[in-house]
Amino acid sequence: MSSKKITPSQFKHIAKLAKLKLTKEEENKYLSQLSSILDYFDILNKIDTSKVKPSFQVTQLKNIFRQDKIKPSLNQDQALSAASKNKNNYFSVPVTINK
Amino acid sequence: MDITKLTITKIQKLLKRKKISALDVTKAYLARTKKLDPEIKAFITITDELALKQAKKIDDKIQKDQKIGKLAGIPMSIKDIYLTKGIQTTAGSKVLKGYIPQYSSTVYQKLINQDAILIGKTNTDTFAFGASTENSGYFTTKNPWNFDYIPGGSSGGSAACVSSSMSVFSMGSDTGGSIRHPASLCGITGLKPTYGRNSRYGITAMASSFDCPGPLANTVEDIAVITEVTAGKDPLDATTSSTSVPKYSKLLNKHKLKGLKIGLPKEYFSGSIDKQVKQKVLETTKFFEKQGAKIIDISLPSTNQGIAVYYVLVPCEISANMARYDGIRFGQSKKDIKDLLSYYLETRGAFMEDEMKRRIMIGTYALSAGYFDAYYLKASKVRTLIKNEFIETFKKVDTILAPVSPTTAWKIGEKIDDPLQMYLADVFTVCINVAGLPSLALPCGFSSNNLPIGFQLIGNYFQEDKILSIGHQYQQLTDYHFQKPKL
Repeated sequence: MSSKKITPSQFKHIAKLAKLKLTKEEENKYLSQLSSILDYFDILNKIDTSKVKPSFQVTQLKNIFRQDKIKPSLNQDQALSAASKNKNNYFSVPVTINK
Repeated sequence: MDITKLTITKIQKLLKRKKISALDVTKAYLARTKKLDPEIKAFITITDELALKQAKKIDDKIQKDQKIGKLAGIPMSIKDIYLTKGIQTTAGSKVLKGYIPQYSSTVYQKLINQDAILIGKTNTDTFAFGASTENSGYFTTKNPWNFDYIPGGSSGGSAACVSSSMSVFSMGSDTGGSIRHPASLCGITGLKPTYGRNSRYGITAMASSFDCPGPLANTVEDIAVITEVTAGKDPLDATTSSTSVPKYSKLLNKHKLKGLKIGLPKEYFSGSIDKQVKQKVLETTKFFEKQGAKIIDISLPSTNQGIAVYYVLVPCEISANMARYDGIRFGQSKKDIKDLLSYYLETRGAFMEDEMKRRIMIGTYALSAGYFDAYYLKASKVRTLIKNEFIETFKKVDTILAPVSPTTAWKIGEKIDDPLQMYLADVFTVCINVAGLPSLALPCGFSSNNLPIGFQLIGNYFQEDKILSIGHQYQQLTDYHFQKPKL
């Protein structure tokens, strides 16, 4: 079984996609753990699935629709009550684009 | 009479005859919690004031001969991933420390509507990622049978709570075994319902196509009463089923054991299974045979791929679901950060726990460009095979009998540095979630070092009534479910 070692640069790319800042220590630990977990996934390649359709859900539900009606919901104060910062009844975030 | 040893039905009878009050019951459970929880650590939050207030309200109703709910006066605990309006909900993670939800989960609301009393919110592995509660961002819950051992997980706080009689029942969630596994390791009963039977609305999402809220309790009868209340279509969760909800508690003797066909899958009795676990679970088949059931040897060959399928698909769904924890609308966040990207990176880096980061990394990797076909799509195809094997098998049998966990509880710290070993603890539970079937975990004995052993009865889609009925009849003739740790 070939080992699927993730390279440190690949690992950094994934962490960036996942918006995770990791310490050097975490990086080293997860790198080796992830590699052994990915190796384990090789077991799936032993199964021939060339004629099998994928399942994304299991109880055969299809297209659940509802009426597009306005219903009571949280007011602004409630919706903002757990926000780290708010301003003028909106969520407030740090600068998104620097000039 | 020790109030903390009664079932739901018994407490309700005594309440209605005014032999005890809801306040008596609540106080008895709170006293026990105060005594035992400092050591067992099942709770993240204890809601004692709220519980006493709720109890008084119910006593008022009884005094005035008003109608009371189906769970009136019953002290319950709830895994801390269920949103409870006005009560801190942490999901066992530092990410949500201090988060006070603005609304309640449907299942919690249904239970409160039936006058159940909330004693507190129970510990869990962070966002339900784990099998021991050791991944909790707060502390590790201890197994009431032996404090050196883990209670199982992720609903370990709930299982320890019921096992040590700090609440009559508890609500947990089962994405890959998180109800059945701790129930089994703590010697109690737990039901993972069919996917879509109980609403997921207002419960922090782990893997949305797997997550199943469900109860942990002392008896199958209690489980039936609770499930009657919680199950059903919820307009707020589009994946709930409109299949009608039977009166489970009235059907407990419906499916006779005589002539019942029980499948015994050989893949669940080989490999890493502990000898004593195997022996105790096989003894249950002797019991059922004696009652006239037929034991049929079956094979579910894709079982061996279950863990791989599960640990590809679930982290993929996790990485998507965890994207919402950005520190803006809820949860903890880093202060004084100058730009948005750094805010995300620093906040998520600082507050997310190890296992959360690990699973986000696995999922992000498996879904990233170039790997989708090899992992997510491949695993989704094997998911079809696992599901189809069960569907074919249920044409021949009424239920499938299997162990829940390959071992009894392990020592705290034993597997924490090896995530893959921790994942393998789910080897006998995950396939049921991959297929979306219901399964009932029941206690069936003890190991030589006095740790509980459990087995599960897997049912066909929406046949909770059948597995509950079989499980109930087992408990009518055995007493493992009445055995309690000496505390």
